[in-house]
Amino acid sequence: MTTTSYMVWLIIGCALVTWLPRVIPFIFVRSVTLPDVVLKWLSFIPVCILSALVIENLLDTDSGKVVTLDWPAFVTFVPTLIIAIVTKSLSITVVAGVIIMAAVRFLM
Amino acid sequence: MTSTTELHNNDATSSSNDSFLQGVKDCVPTLLGYISIGLAFGVVGSASGLSVLEIALLTILIYAGSAQFIFCALLLTSSPASAIIVTIFVVNLRHLLMSLTLAPHFTRYSMLRNVGFGTLLTDETFGVAVTKQMQTGKLYGKWMDGLNITAYTFWILSCITGAFLGQWVANPEKWGLDFALIAMFIALLVLQLSSIGKSKIMHYIKLIGYMAVIMYGLSYIVPSHVAVLLATVIVATIGVVTDK
Repeated sequence: MTTTSYMVWLIIGCALVTWLPRVIPFIFVRSVTLPDVVLKWLSFIPVCILSALVIENLLDTDSGKVVTLDWPAFVTFVPTLIIAIVTKSLSITVVAGVIIMAAVRFLM
Repeated sequence: MTSTTELHNNDATSSSNDSFLQGVKDCVPTLLGYISIGLAFGVVGSASGLSVLEIALLTILIYAGSAQFIFCALLLTSSPASAIIVTIFVVNLRHLLMSLTLAPHFTRYSMLRNVGFGTLLTDETFGVAVTKQMQTGKLYGKWMDGLNITAYTFWILSCITGAFLGQWVANPEKWGLDFALIAMFIALLVLQLSSIGKSKIMHYIKLIGYMAVIMYGLSYIVPSHVAVLLATVIVATIGVVTDK
């Protein structure tokens, strides 16, 4: 249970730069009405950001010069996507994804 | 008669949508994600030489999985404090977009409550909230608090438990737990798409196609967390331009 004052200040610094982007829009949007085109742009953000996060995890950028698919992740991705489409359930998809990934790592 | 029944129905729906307990319930499906990633973080943190106190501070104050993992990685390469802070800022800048997306739905609440909603925003609570907004058309403060506080509590408990477990479990990836987060993003994406009308779905599928190409291209030039940010901004703009 120890730490240094350097570490505490470093953590506080990091906390501040992760807090501000989360909070500023909530303060700012209260006093400003966003133009329609911005609202329209924002309506595309959920699908864009979620697909970007999924794709980020399916790409292997570390192993070589050429960016390739992360095969274990991709092999798990396909059945997990089908399960998500069929069940439309967050919990079933998460549990199934973890089990499939464990099986894939065991076999590959 | 009919109007009274409708009124009652509306009351019933809005009160269940504006309940703290409903927020807690809607958080439950994401908990496996928080627990597995939190445990993994605790294990990685203690393997990186952080004390339990430091892991707890990181978890309580930063409250962002990817940023916390990168913090450990940078600490191990003994990066200077300035580099760590700048990297963490960029990694988490996507929350600016998420916060900007959710904020217009909460303008009727006080400044203090809005600060609270923003402070506890994460990828997962964002996903659950935008899906709820798509399905019910409106978001409520108490519901949001229930969702946020449940997620925050489980995240802290899982990270600290992981820090203690760190001595015994060396490799959480072996059990597929790292995929919990990705599976959650996949499910949230499917839920988003299924609540979009049939007429717009092809437009969105095309955008995801652009996203794949742009993410691949950007992966050669920038770190992947920067790629996520840039690709989202680019593809959302393409979305507006190509929308009919």
